[in-house]
Amino acid sequence: MDRRKEHPHPHASLGALVSDAIFTRLRALLGTTGVERDPHGIPRATPESSDALTLVCRLAHEEGWKIRVEGRGTWLPPDAPADLVVSTRALDQVVSVSPADLVATVQAGATLEALRRRLADYGMWLALDPPGRPERSIGSVVATATAGPLRHGFGPVRDHVLGCSVATGDGRLVNAGGKVVKNVAGYDLTKLQVGGFGGFGIISEIHLRLRALPRADVTLVARGTRDALTAAARDLMAADFLPGALELLSPALAAEPEWVLAARFVGIDAAVQADVRRLGTSGDLNWLPLPADRTASFWSVAARGSLGGPVTLRLGVLGDGVDEAIDLLAHDLDEGLVSAGAGQGMIRWTGDAPLERLRALRRAAASREIPMTLERAPWATRRALGHFGAYREGVGAIVGRLRGTFDPGQCLTVALEGAD
Amino acid sequence: MNSSLLAALSRIVGRQWVRHRRAELVTYAMDGLPTHESLPGVVVIPGSPEQVREIIRLLHVVRVPFVARGAGTGLSGGALADPDAVLIALTRLNRILRVDPLQRRAVVQPGVVNARLSEAVLPFGLHYVPDPSSQAACTVGGNVAENAGGPHCLKYGVTTNHIVALEVALPDGSSIRLGSLHGEPWGPDLVGLFVGSEGMFGIATEITVRLERIPQSVRTMLADFSTVRAASEAVSSIIAAGIVPAALEMMDRACVAAVEASIYAAGYPTDAAAVLLVELDGQSDAVEAETALVRDILTERGARAVRTASTPADRARLWQGRKKAFGAMGRIAPDLAVQDAVVPRSALPAIMDQIDGIRLEYGLTISNVFHAGDGNLHPNISFDRRDSAVIARVRSACRDIMAACVAVGGSITGEHGVGNDKLDYMPWIFDAETLGAMRAVRRAFDPTELANPGKVVPVHACREWTAVKSTRTPTLRSGHS
Repeated sequence: MDRRKEHPHPHASLGALVSDAIFTRLRALLGTTGVERDPHGIPRATPESSDALTLVCRLAHEEGWKIRVEGRGTWLPPDAPADLVVSTRALDQVVSVSPADLVATVQAGATLEALRRRLADYGMWLALDPPGRPERSIGSVVATATAGPLRHGFGPVRDHVLGCSVATGDGRLVNAGGKVVKNVAGYDLTKLQVGGFGGFGIISEIHLRLRALPRADVTLVARGTRDALTAAARDLMAADFLPGALELLSPALAAEPEWVLAARFVGIDAAVQADVRRLGTSGDLNWLPLPADRTASFWSVAARGSLGGPVTLRLGVLGDGVDEAIDLLAHDLDEGLVSAGAGQGMIRWTGDAPLERLRALRRAAASREIPMTLERAPWATRRALGHFGAYREGVGAIVGRLRGTFDPGQCLTVALEGAD
Repeated sequence: MNSSLLAALSRIVGRQWVRHRRAELVTYAMDGLPTHESLPGVVVIPGSPEQVREIIRLLHVVRVPFVARGAGTGLSGGALADPDAVLIALTRLNRILRVDPLQRRAVVQPGVVNARLSEAVLPFGLHYVPDPSSQAACTVGGNVAENAGGPHCLKYGVTTNHIVALEVALPDGSSIRLGSLHGEPWGPDLVGLFVGSEGMFGIATEITVRLERIPQSVRTMLADFSTVRAASEAVSSIIAAGIVPAALEMMDRACVAAVEASIYAAGYPTDAAAVLLVELDGQSDAVEAETALVRDILTERGARAVRTASTPADRARLWQGRKKAFGAMGRIAPDLAVQDAVVPRSALPAIMDQIDGIRLEYGLTISNVFHAGDGNLHPNISFDRRDSAVIARVRSACRDIMAACVAVGGSITGEHGVGNDKLDYMPWIFDAETLGAMRAVRRAFDPTELANPGKVVPVHACREWTAVKSTRTPTLRSGHS
C-alpha cells in the first residue's frame, strides 16, 4: 500500500478503491495465492492454468478493465498503463517432453533456463538462443519472436513453434496448430501469435519442435574491422559453410576492442570437426576456438547485452545489406550494442535514443524496404512508435479486424501500431 | 451463370479466356482426388494480376463466389467450384519475374510450375526446396495455398518456410503487399497466416520465395527391412542421433510391388516389408561422416541391405520409384485415393499395423508411401470409382484411418490441406472455439466469405465469433511513416 503512495492516481482515493475492487474480484476468482500486487500496487493475477487465465480475461472484458500482459518481467518494462496485470509466471510447467517425437509442450511462463535443463535431461535441445536473461519466459520469446544468433542455422522463432493455446482478450481459449511436426489442418493461427506481442491474446501453452542435443558444439571467433568481418562472412556463405550461427557482434556487445565474428558449429562430432578444420584453412581471418567451458558464457553475455539499454529493436535486413544497415544505425542512433546475422541477415540494436531518432531510423529503413520492429522499450516509446509502426496500405484494416476478433473489448494494452 | 456476368468477364479477359460450355468445364470438375467432383459455373483464365483484381472486384460487386485454381493437382478437393461460383484458373500467370542469385530470392507469378522454378535458377547453383511429388505440374501459387510439402521438407521445411513476401488480391479486389525480402514480417506475420489458407483469404498474385544453394554433396541410401516396425524404429534412431536427413521416406511392400511392376522400376527389393530412402546433404566431409553413422544405425536396426548412391544417375534411379510411386499405382486400379495424415513419429509402427487392419476389414488395396521422418503418412487406396459400392468402402476406410491417426495425437493433414475432403474431420482436432476463431480470421480478410466458400472450416461446428469493427490503424499510403 505504501508503494502506491509513490505513484498517486490522479484521483488517488477513487483509484485505490477501484484497484481494491479489482483485487477483491480477482481473489474471488483465483484464490488468495493467485493474486498479488505489482510494485506499483496494481493487482497482478497469476493464473496457474489456461482455464484460469481465460476466466481472468473474461472478467476483465466484462468489466472493461485494461490488462498489462507480463511474462516473468525480464524483457518488456512493466510500465504499460492498466487496471490489472496478468502474468504467466505461475504457468511455469514443462508439461511433457517426447524425445522420440522431438516435441515438448510447455506453459508460457516457464523460464528458458528451466526448459533447457529439463530438455537436456532427455538429451533434447530447443535451438533458440534469444536475447535477454535465462530467466526469461518462453512465452515472451514466442510473443515477441525474438530469435538469437541460432536463427542462422535453425530459423526464426516461428519455425520452432508447432502450436499454442491462447486466451483471447475476451476470455476464449483458442488451441492453434498441434503437436506434430507437420500439419496443415486449418488456418495457421499460430503464426499470428508468434511475434504478435500479445495483441491477439495471451499465450498460455506452447508446443515446441525440438532437436537432439548436439554431440558437438564449437564456437570460433575472429576479430577485426567490421568491413573485413562482413566480407569474410559473405565468403563463408559462398563456400557452403553451414554453421548454426554466424553472428557479428559490435565491440561494446562483445566487450572487445574490435568487432567480433562468431561462428558456431553444432552437430555430430565428425561433421563439426570437419567444418572447424575447413574454417581454419579458408580466408585470411584468424579463427580462434573458444574453450568449451567459455562457449556458453560467450553467447550468454551477448544475449544479455540486449538488456544494456532501454530500447531494443530489430531490422529485417538481408545478409548482404548488413553493412549498409549498420551504417544507417550509426547515422541515426549509434553502433554501440549491435548483433547482426552476418549470413542470413537481421540486426538487433540496443541502446537509448530519443523518439525522433527512432522515428527517423524507421523511416529510413522503410524507404529501403527494411522493416523495423521495436522489441523492447519504455511504454512511452512503445505507445508513440508501436512495435511495428504504420502498415502498408490495406494491411492496417486487416490487422484492425484481427485485433477486434481476438480482443473485442480492447482490453489488452499492447501498442502494435503506435500513436504516430 | 447468367449471360451478363459472362459478358462482363469476357470484357476483362477476352472471350477466348472464358469457358462456360459443359464440355469445357469438365476439365475443371476435379482435382487430383477422384472422390470429389463439381462443375464450376464458369471458368475464367486471366492473363495478368490486374485482370485477377478486376475479376474479383466484379464478383465482389455482384456477390458471386470464386475459387482460385492452379494446375489442379491438389488432393483435397480444395480447387473445386460449385455451379454458382466462378473458377479463376491462374495458369497463364506463369512468369518468373525476377531472380536475385546474390540474395537468393525469386519473384514469381502464382501459375509458375514448381519444378520450372528450380530449373530456372539451376544455372545459379540454386533451387527452390519444397518438392511435392506433383512438382512437374503443380504451381507455386497452389503450393502457397496448401502450404505444400514434399520429401525434402524434413530438413528444409515446407512451403511456409520458403515464402518471404506476397502480393495478394483480397476478395474485394484490392491489393496488399505482405512480408519483406528478408522474411521479417512487416507487422504481424500475415504471410505466415496466408500460406496454407487454401484460397480463402484472397489470391496471391506475386510470390517472393527464398532459394537455397544446391548442396555441395548428396548421398542417397536405400535400406530394406523385414518388418515395417524395424524400419520405423530405424527412422527414430536416425533422428535421435542428432541427424536431420534431407529426406527420410518409407515405402511398404504393396508400394514397392507396384513400382517394380511398372516402367518406373528402381530395383527395390520386392520381398522387403518396407524400404527406407534416406538422403543426406551438405558439406562433403559432414555428409561422409553422417552417411557412415546412418549406415551403422540402419544395420543395427535390422536392415537386410543398405545401398548407397552418390552419382546423380544412381540417385535419380533410387528416387525414381519414390517420385513415381503414385503413377505406378495406376497399374493396380484406375483410381487412387491419396490420403494424407500425420502421426507422432513414435506412433508409426502401431499406426501402420492399424492401417493394415483397416485394409483387411474393408477388403481394399492400400499402398503406403510416405514421409517417415516427419510422421506424414500417405495411405493410398486403389479402387474403381465406377463401382459405387467400393466408393463407400473407400470413404469409410479413409475415415477410419483418420480416426486412428487422430487418436494417437496426430493431424488430419500434413501437406494436402483440408479442402472439402476433410471438412468433417476438422472437429476431431479443433474445438468449436478454435474453429470459430478460424472463421473469424477468414472474415478479417474476406468479410463477405466469397473466396473459396465452404472449404476448410465446417461452419456448423464453429462457435460464433463476432468481431468488432476495425479499430483505427494508421495506414502507410505513400512511402512510409
